[in-house]
Amino acid sequence: MSVQTIIDNFVKENEADLNTLPDYSGKDFSSDQDVRWCPGCGDYTILKQVQNAMPELGIAKKDIVFISGIGCSSRFPYYMDTFGMHSIHGRAPAIATGLKTSRPDLTVWIITGDGDSLSIGANHFTQLLRRNVNVNLLLFNNEIYGLTKGQYSPASPKGMVTKSTPYGSIDNPFNPLALSLGADGSFVARAMDRDPKHLKEMILRSHKHQGTSMLEIYQNCIVFNDGAFELFTDKKTRPQEAIYLEHEQPLVFGKDNDKGVRLDGLNPEIVQLGDDYSKDDLWVHDEQDSTKAHLLSKFFEHPPNGEGVQFPRPFGVLYAIDRPRYDEGVVAQVQLAKETQGEANLDALLQGNETWVVK
Amino acid sequence: MSTTDQVREDVTIRFAGDSGDGMQLTGSLFTNTTALLGNDLRTLPEFPAEIRAPQGTVPGVSSFQLQFGSTRILTPGDECDALVVMNSAALKANLSLLKKGGTIIANTAGFDKKNLNLAKYPEGINPLEDGSLSEYEVIEIDVNSMVKEAIGDMGLGYKDEDRTKNMFVLGLLYWMYNRPMESTMDFLNQKFGKKNPQIADANIRVLKAGYYYGETAEIFNSRTQITVEQADLEPGTYRNITGNEALVLGLVAAARKSNMPMFLGTYPITPASDVLHGLAKHKKFGITTFQAEDEIAACASAIGASFGGSIGVTSSSGPGIALKGEAIGLAVMLELPLVVLNIQRAGPSTGMPTKTEQADLMQAVYGRNGESPLLIVAPKSPADCFEMAFEAVRISLEHMTPVIFLSDGYIANGSEPWKFPQEKDLVDINVEFEKPRHAEEDAPFMPYKRDDRLVRKWAIPGTAGIEHRVGGLEKEDVTGNVSYDPDNHQKMTNIRRDKRDLVANNIPEQDIDQGNESGDVLILGWGGTYGSIKTVVHQLRKEGMDISHAHLRYINPFPKNLEKLLKGFKQVIVPEINDGQLVRLIRSEFMIPAKPINKVKGRPFGVSELKQEILDLIGEEQAVIS
Ligand code: SF4
Repeated sequence: MSVQTIIDNFVKENEADLNTLPDYSGKDFSSDQDVRWCPGCGDYTILKQVQNAMPELGIAKKDIVFISGIGCSSRFPYYMDTFGMHSIHGRAPAIATGLKTSRPDLTVWIITGDGDSLSIGANHFTQLLRRNVNVNLLLFNNEIYGLTKGQYSPASPKGMVTKSTPYGSIDNPFNPLALSLGADGSFVARAMDRDPKHLKEMILRSHKHQGTSMLEIYQNCIVFNDGAFELFTDKKTRPQEAIYLEHEQPLVFGKDNDKGVRLDGLNPEIVQLGDDYSKDDLWVHDEQDSTKAHLLSKFFEHPPNGEGVQFPRPFGVLYAIDRPRYDEGVVAQVQLAKETQGEANLDALLQGNETWVVK
Repeated sequence: MSTTDQVREDVTIRFAGDSGDGMQLTGSLFTNTTALLGNDLRTLPEFPAEIRAPQGTVPGVSSFQLQFGSTRILTPGDECDALVVMNSAALKANLSLLKKGGTIIANTAGFDKKNLNLAKYPEGINPLEDGSLSEYEVIEIDVNSMVKEAIGDMGLGYKDEDRTKNMFVLGLLYWMYNRPMESTMDFLNQKFGKKNPQIADANIRVLKAGYYYGETAEIFNSRTQITVEQADLEPGTYRNITGNEALVLGLVAAARKSNMPMFLGTYPITPASDVLHGLAKHKKFGITTFQAEDEIAACASAIGASFGGSIGVTSSSGPGIALKGEAIGLAVMLELPLVVLNIQRAGPSTGMPTKTEQADLMQAVYGRNGESPLLIVAPKSPADCFEMAFEAVRISLEHMTPVIFLSDGYIANGSEPWKFPQEKDLVDINVEFEKPRHAEEDAPFMPYKRDDRLVRKWAIPGTAGIEHRVGGLEKEDVTGNVSYDPDNHQKMTNIRRDKRDLVANNIPEQDIDQGNESGDVLILGWGGTYGSIKTVVHQLRKEGMDISHAHLRYINPFPKNLEKLLKGFKQVIVPEINDGQLVRLIRSEFMIPAKPINKVKGRPFGVSELKQEILDLIGEEQAVIS
C-alpha cells in the first residue's frame, strides 16, 4: 500500500462515516508500558486527561501520532497506545513539521517541557508557531529541569535557588504565552494539572483549532519544584489568584465572583463589583483580539517591578484566530503543480533542453 | 583572414574577471556550445565566497576553467592554453595557471590606473607594458569601447551596457575556437527576450561584435582558427550536466522508481543550495521541499517525513552535517530511511566555502556519538552523481538505514557530458510497508522484528493495529521497548553493525577501472579525484608501468571483494584531497601498508602534480626494496 493510498483511504473513511470508529474509552489509549514518573508528579493527571480526551476527538488511533523531545514529560508517547516518537532534545516541532507536511491526514501532537521548548528547542518552537503548522503542542511547564535533577530552566523565576543557581538565578525568564503571541501563534492557551476538567476542555479546544495550538500546562514537579503553582492550584487561593477566560464573557474572579478586571484605555485595573462597578463595566474577553491577548499574557508582570497590584493569572484560551496553515500551503502547491504542469515525464526531465547525438 | 584551421586534440581555456563580470555565465555558455558540438569536456568554476567582493581586487576574482577535446577529457586541465582577463586583478590571480607561450586576452579597460591600484600592482607598473608577459602571446582589446561602438546607439544606461562586456569575449572565443553562436543566442532570447527584448538584442549584438572582431581585426590576420573535432564518446544521446543537477535528477528518478513521495528538509549552504533550488522545481513528481530554520530542523523534519512513509532527504555541507549529527544518530536508532547529502567544502569550521575538499569522510563514518553505523556512497564525477544518488535512495529504503552521500564542491559545480538513461533502464526500488493487523486474528506487532538481512519493517502511521512507539532510547530486540539491559545493548549494537555490513550483499563488487586485477601498484581513489587519477594511470600505463586504478563508490560498507583485490597488489597508493582519511580506514580495516598522497589547497589534483607524486612514491618504495 502506498502512502497515497493510505491518505486516500483516510479521506474515504472520514467522508463515509465517522461512526465506524470503535467505541473508544480512555483506557484504549493507554499502552502496555509501566508509567515511570515520580509518584505524585503532575504528569500523571495530564496523561490521564489526554487519554480521556482522545475518544472525543473522533479520530482512529491509527491516525494519531505523539512526538516528544527530551525531558520528564517527553516520556509521554511511550504511555499512549497510538503512534509515537520520543525524539531528541528540543526537536519535536521540527520532526512534527516534517511528518504533518508530508502526511496531512495524521493528527499530530507535540509533547514538550519548558527546558525542551524554551531553551534548546526555542528556535523550533517559535518557527512552528510562525508557520502555523496544523499540530497541537502541549507544553508541560514545571519551571525546572527535572530529568537532569533540578537545574533552573528558562521559565524559572529570577532569584530561584537550584542546584545550578546556589546564589539564586539572575536569568530573566521567558513568558511562554507572550513568546508564543510574539511568534504569531494562532492559538495560545493555558491550563493546569490540578484542574483536570478545565485541562481536558483545553485539550479538546487545542485539537479543534486548525493551526498550531499552543497549550501551556502548569505541571507540578513534586521532587524539584514542589508548589511552584500552588497559588493557582490550591482551591483556597485559586479564586483570588486565577482568572478563567471565556470568550465574550467579562473578566470576573474572586471568591464570590466579586472582582473584575476593567480596562482604562490599555491599562487593566482590578475593580470591586458592587456599588461602583457592575459586570457591564468590565473587560469582555475576545479571543480574536491580539492586543488584549498580549495584555493578558503579561498580567503577572503588571506592574513590571513587582510592586503594586497583583493581577490574577489567566487560564483558558487567550488567543485563537484562523490563519493559513503551512502544511496546507505545501500540499496545495504540490497539488497545483501536479494539476497544471502536465504529466510528470521523467524521460523529458532526464533529457533536459539541449542534447546531441554521438554516432 | 584565416583560411586554414589548426586541429587540436584538446584545449584548456580560462575566463577570469571581477565577480560582477559574468565569468561563470560566460564559461557555462561556452561549455554548452562546446558540448553540443560533441566534444568531451570538464569544467571547474571557481568563485569567491563573497557575492560581491570588493570590485577590482584579487579576492574578488571569479574564474571558470574548461578543458575540451576530441579525446576522453577527465579533468578541467592543469594549465590553460588561453586566459581571458577582464581586469588586472584577474591577470594577477590567474597568470600562474597559464602555459608558457599561452594566449592572454586582456581587456585593457581593466588595466587603467584605478584597476592597477586595486589589484595592488606597484605604482607605475602595468604588466601589459613592462615586458613581464613576453613569454606569452598577449592580445589587448579595449572591450569597453568595443561595446560602446556596438551598442552605444541603443540608449542603454551605462550599467546595462557594461554588463554585456562578457558577451564580447565570448564571441571572440567562439571565433577563435570555431564554434557557432546559435545556442547562446537562443539562450539570450529565452532569458531576456520576453521581459526585456532590448537587453537580449544588446547582448546578441555584442556577442556578434566579438565574433566579427576575430574575423576582421588585424591582429588575428596571422592566426588560424582552432578546431577541436567531436570526441569519440560511446554512441548515444548526451547532455551536459553538473554534479548537483545530476544529483537532483537521481533523487527524482529514485522517487519515481520507488513510487514514493520525497521530502527534502534543508537549509541553505554553499555549495549544496543548488540541490534545494533544483528539487524545489519538481513538485509535480511528488516532491516536497522544506527550507527549515536551521540544519538540525532540516534533518529532523526529514526524519519526521520518513517516519510517515516518505523518502526523507536532507542536504548540506560539512558544517551543517556537524549540526545534524545527533539527528542522524536518531535515524540510526529508529532504523528509518534517511538520505543525507554532504557536498563537501574545505574546512574546518567555515573554512573555504567555495573551495573543494574531501575531508568529511571520517565525519561520515564516525562523526556521531556512540556506535552508530550507517551507509556511505560517493560519486566519482558530475554525471555519476545521478547514479549514486539513485543508489543512496535505493539502499536506504531497502535496508531502513541512513545513507550519507559524499559529493564535493568540485564535482557538484563541475560539468561533463552525460549519456543520460531512460526511465525504463532504471531498476525498480521495492518498498513494502507493514500491513494492517487485527487484534483478534494477528499476533501482536513487533516493531523491531527483522528479516534475514536484519532489516525491520517500515511501519507507518495510518496503518491500523500496528500503533507503536519508537525513540532514541536503546531498544529491546524484537519488541522495540525501552531497555537498559546490558546484554541487550551489546546485542543491538552488534545487530546495527551487522545490518550495515550485510548491505555488502546488495551493492556491486569493486571493479578495476583500468589495468590488471593484480600487480605492482594500485591507485585507490574515491570521489572527485577520479578524473585526475584515471588520466595519470592512463599515461603511466602507456609509458609501460604496471599500475592499476580502482575507484570506490561504496565506502560503508566496503564492497565484499575489496580486501582480496587490495591484497593482490604490492603497493596501494591512496590520493585524496584531505590529510589522509580513506588511507587510514583501509590500513586499519585490512592491515595493509597503503600509502597516502594528500593535498588540501581547495582545488582538485592537477594531472602532472599527481603523476609526479605517484612516481616519487613508487621510486621511494623501490629504493627501500633494493
Ligand atoms: S522529576 Fe519532577 S517532573 Fe520529573 S517525573 Fe519527577 S516529579 Fe515529575
